[in-house]
Amino acid sequence: MEKQTIEQLESTASQVRRDILRMVHAVQSGHPGASLGCTEFFVALYFNQLNHDPNFKMEGKGEDLFFLSNGHISPVWYSVLSRSGYFAPEEMDTFRKLNSRLQGHPATEEGLPGIRIASGSLGQGMSVAIGAAQAKKIDGDDSTVYVLMGDGEQEEGQVWEAAMYAAHWKVDNLIATIDLNRQQIDGPTKEIMDLIDLRAKYESFGWEVIDTLQGNDMKSVVEGLEKAKSLSRKGKPVVNLLHTEMGFGVDFMVGTHKWHGIAPSDEQLANALGQLPETIGDF
Amino acid sequence: MEKTLDLKFNYTEKKDTRSGFGDGFLEAGHRNPNVVGLCADLIGSLKMGAFQKEFPERFFQVGIAEANMMGIAAGMTINGKIPFTGTFANFSTGRVYDQIRQSIAYSGKNVKICASHAGLTLGEDGATHQILEDVGMMKMLPHMTVINPCDYNQTKAATIAIADYEGPVYLRFGRPSWPIFTDPAQKFEIGKAWKMIEGTDVTIFATGHLVWEAVVAEAILRSEGISAEVINIHTIKPLDEEAILDSVAKTGCAVTAEEHQYNGGLGDSVAQTLARNNPAPVEYVGVNDSFGESGTPTQLLDKYGLDAANIVAAAKKVLARK
Repeated sequence: MEKQTIEQLESTASQVRRDILRMVHAVQSGHPGASLGCTEFFVALYFNQLNHDPNFKMEGKGEDLFFLSNGHISPVWYSVLSRSGYFAPEEMDTFRKLNSRLQGHPATEEGLPGIRIASGSLGQGMSVAIGAAQAKKIDGDDSTVYVLMGDGEQEEGQVWEAAMYAAHWKVDNLIATIDLNRQQIDGPTKEIMDLIDLRAKYESFGWEVIDTLQGNDMKSVVEGLEKAKSLSRKGKPVVNLLHTEMGFGVDFMVGTHKWHGIAPSDEQLANALGQLPETIGDF
Repeated sequence: MEKTLDLKFNYTEKKDTRSGFGDGFLEAGHRNPNVVGLCADLIGSLKMGAFQKEFPERFFQVGIAEANMMGIAAGMTINGKIPFTGTFANFSTGRVYDQIRQSIAYSGKNVKICASHAGLTLGEDGATHQILEDVGMMKMLPHMTVINPCDYNQTKAATIAIADYEGPVYLRFGRPSWPIFTDPAQKFEIGKAWKMIEGTDVTIFATGHLVWEAVVAEAILRSEGISAEVINIHTIKPLDEEAILDSVAKTGCAVTAEEHQYNGGLGDSVAQTLARNNPAPVEYVGVNDSFGESGTPTQLLDKYGLDAANIVAAAKKVLARK
């Protein structure tokens, strides 16, 4: 797959945001907020960074693997998988509907190409990614394993079991990213459960830590992922603190946790789509 | 008591079923290079040390972090590894139920969850560690296979067999030294019940350590003129319904025997099968909605009503209900 330029990535991101909003609107359910906030990350990863094959094989031998731990932001993942050729864009129309492969939270049960593990119950994805990364090491497969987690998800104890393990076992072919949008369902993380200093926490656990301060700026996101890659394979797992804004790209959705798990109305959708050019073609 | 009985099966040696697991695990490692091991700080208790020594590059000490262990195991399956996780049955199930549910069962991952120190016969450690609900939890999960072998030889054979089976498996075994009464060369067929003793009056369906108690109970019943059939249900899920229905069609009543709660155990599986196909009286030998306590395995089986004498009593009771 050819690497897209920053300009191309930005254009793809606009379509992905349209996909997210149209999927969530069509079924009047789903999680648009953090999906929109992580759009630059997903687009940069799938269209610029990952060595991956849309002709999906579960084993992914010789490929970079991506795991989504905070499975509720499935709309952005489904859009990016579809737009990279894992399945036809029209299938996005089935999102969250009966008999669909696009389950509310990502699953393998229905065999959707691109998904390697179910997620949604939080805190589990990093452990899975570690296992996949270690299996690659056993096989002498030099690919990289990526995992995305939410910042609220850092409250789950299993994340820290995994963090301790990855450093101890020097799982340095693992790049974790945390979507630092500072929001969770009940409000700002600072009020619900203060993360205080995630950098210091991960550093003290033995990780290499980088910040991507502008997580909704495509160039910064690509540079962050490249920096993370350059720091991998040096004996430590790498974590990328991705500073994003929930709802980015739609003026009335940005910077609030209000749009964590609700769908836009017809009027709101029209307003939002007016802010996002159709670049590839709606499904 | 058993020394003076005319037993259909005999033993010359006792050994723990966890050692059968450890030896089978080593053997599976030799047979298949994709077999890997993970353990949550209980390598000695699970008898995983020989594998670790033989295949250090395929063995991962996880520390006291069972949830993480289940996730890592799920991840390792993705490129074809066959992970065996090792910890106590309590920490292999209830502690990590959601991890097993989402990352292993729902995701259809080829993880072998190997669980020692199950049931009352763990003994002196007491109820915090004597899990009696694990079979119920595991059998409720779609895609999960649940196996509870009866002695060292059957546990070893089962361990080797699950490495060749594609899909998530819960393998349950224990700590006490226990009679070895099955064939060391036995072929272990997942999901296939084993009719150990033929009989005509009552069927005893037993699993795990209590299969031995059922063998003893059969001899006692026979000495009193009652003909009992003994069927070893080493695989609780998928259940060999045909074997159950065939036997009860002949005997007309059943006793189930297991080191587990009535709720959710083998008894419930057998009763459900009979209720749907051939309603017949069933008596449960198991723990009736209580926790265990500290004691020796023998004392506990007696106090909680799980030994051969209790199986005999249950057989007489169910016969009277025919």
